[in-house]
Amino acid sequence: MTASGPDLLRLEGLEKYFPVRDVWKRRIGWLRAVDGVSLNVEKGEILGVVGESGCGKSTLGKTVMGIHRPTGGRIVFEGHDITQLKPHQSRELRRDLQYTYQDPGASLDPRWKIGKALDEPLVIHTDLDSAARRERVRDILEAVGLPESHLDLYPHEISGGQQRRVGLARILTLQPTLIVLDEPTSGLDVSVQATVLNLFLDLQKQFDLTYVFISHDLSVVRMICDRVAVMYLGKVVELGPTERLFSAPRHPYTRSLLSAIPEIGKQRITDTFWLEGEPPDPGNLPSGCRFRTRCPLAAPECAAEVPPLVEHLPDHADACLFSDRAVPGG
Amino acid sequence: MADLLTVADLEVGFQTDSGLARVLDRVNFHVGRGEIVGLVGESGCGKTTLARAILGVLPANSARISSGVIDFDGRNLLAEDPQDLATEVRGRLITFVPQDPFSSFNPVFTIGAQIDELMKWKSPDAEPGSGRRYPRTRRRSDRARVVELLRTVQLPDPEGILKKYPHEVSGGQRQRLMIAMALLPEPQLIIADEPTTALDVTIQAQILKLLKRLAAERRVSVLFTTHDLGTAYEICDRVTVMYAGQEVESAPSDDFFAAPRHPYTKRLLESLPSREHGISGIPGQIPALIDPPSGCRFHPRCTSVSARCAAARPDVSEAGPDHLIRCHHPVEAAREAAS
Repeated sequence: MTASGPDLLRLEGLEKYFPVRDVWKRRIGWLRAVDGVSLNVEKGEILGVVGESGCGKSTLGKTVMGIHRPTGGRIVFEGHDITQLKPHQSRELRRDLQYTYQDPGASLDPRWKIGKALDEPLVIHTDLDSAARRERVRDILEAVGLPESHLDLYPHEISGGQQRRVGLARILTLQPTLIVLDEPTSGLDVSVQATVLNLFLDLQKQFDLTYVFISHDLSVVRMICDRVAVMYLGKVVELGPTERLFSAPRHPYTRSLLSAIPEIGKQRITDTFWLEGEPPDPGNLPSGCRFRTRCPLAAPECAAEVPPLVEHLPDHADACLFSDRAVPGG
Repeated sequence: MADLLTVADLEVGFQTDSGLARVLDRVNFHVGRGEIVGLVGESGCGKTTLARAILGVLPANSARISSGVIDFDGRNLLAEDPQDLATEVRGRLITFVPQDPFSSFNPVFTIGAQIDELMKWKSPDAEPGSGRRYPRTRRRSDRARVVELLRTVQLPDPEGILKKYPHEVSGGQRQRLMIAMALLPEPQLIIADEPTTALDVTIQAQILKLLKRLAAERRVSVLFTTHDLGTAYEICDRVTVMYAGQEVESAPSDDFFAAPRHPYTKRLLESLPSREHGISGIPGQIPALIDPPSGCRFHPRCTSVSARCAAARPDVSEAGPDHLIRCHHPVEAAREAAS
């Protein structure tokens, strides 16, 4: 179900650096959280962004949303460059481009009833009167599968899965076109996670949505995404259609990441896993390819320059000089 | 030989403002010698409470142990003198690996100082009741033992790491240190409470591999609690599943994952995302434990429910060799269907 619409969102060499300061507040370096990411998101697709903690996937989502100001590069949304918009200019845009926080409990005001939390975006962004707003809130609540009685509850009175639904409902009242979902299933039990994932898919069809799905859970990403971008220390190292990327990963990092997922009924990873070591300090990165310090394929060329993200196969790009070789032990 | 740990009919409640929450409802559970047992369940199922009850560290002001026996190597831990438990059992014969390696170290002391403190009291050479003395000869031999074990858990530069502060080492290394500290007193049982939940997948794979190898080499039993069936599949010899304070199924790992017999277990396995059966959750919610459903606590969400399920809690029945379930209507052996 690959969607081949026009690009809804395009990132061109997007960079977000955070200054690293010593105790005297002097800048002693840069933490390159997002370092030259170029991506496109097509209308109607679900793009997965995966990677381990500290790889910059959340920073990427927040930079796209305007929560962080990019250090460099361009963000083009629906054909308009939105990189340098002032906050008051971007208010219109916020309606179309929405972000869900990782922890829905923390993003709801504990002193507001659910009804008030759902009403607020409409007060800010629309001219509807209170009757029309109530109507809209009720429709959305039904769409995310919550009973109307929940409008009178406080966030702490509902479960994590329901808080997640409220967070989604809050965004959907504005009828956005693109939603950045930041770790939307973390902290949920598997039985609840499945119903929340189905909800995402239903809502996508019903409201014609496009998702950027940021997650560290590869089995979830495999189930619901059309394309996947794999990040390692601020860079996209592989980008391709989900099925192909999972069945024939090319970058050695992607291969190691996939071989780390426990799969019931398959060979145990405690017998097969081969990657050693831990990611280097993101404030002090190795030269050239950032994975070379752990990579079994590393050669002197890898240290010389950063390998570019190249389409070695149609629609399937990777940033490795030796991605055609087999990984020893892998 | 008898099992190392046997928990029988354990009932634990917590006093809350709105009443007594019945968190463990007559739970039966056992860990054999040298066995890695997974205690699996969703949040709120009571797995951490069970682990804490075994360690004897339930919050004293709210927890009520109303009945049951925890038999560890022939002694009933619930009947022993708490002082004896603290010196002889906890931290010596039973050790603990926490879920969160980030908050489990004291940030203002070096790692070495914290390990020394552990060894002063809990080293295998420490005389019971030796109190505050830490003779220099023992300190020296303990230090050699520590360095050797840090090397075994594959920490680079063990002497250097002892001089560091906790914030100077990564999460994966901190969890390796935690495992090393759990092994240092040469225990018979390690209770690992979701030890890989806070870690990335590639680090998780490394830690699971390490834990499995060390447990086999040193013949330590491990009680491994997790909410992730995938991790349980990786390292457990046997799996026990809990739901809302009741144990529902217990079986050797291979049997368990190939042919689950309890409806809850089966649905739980199916709610893992996979291409074979798509995404299917379990409708409904985990019940509140203050006023839990009668009989089998899963019956309001179960598809093969009958009047008996609400009336009486099913007894333990044997569904196969060492395969125990508590269900009036077990899933028919799915092995034929699967093959």
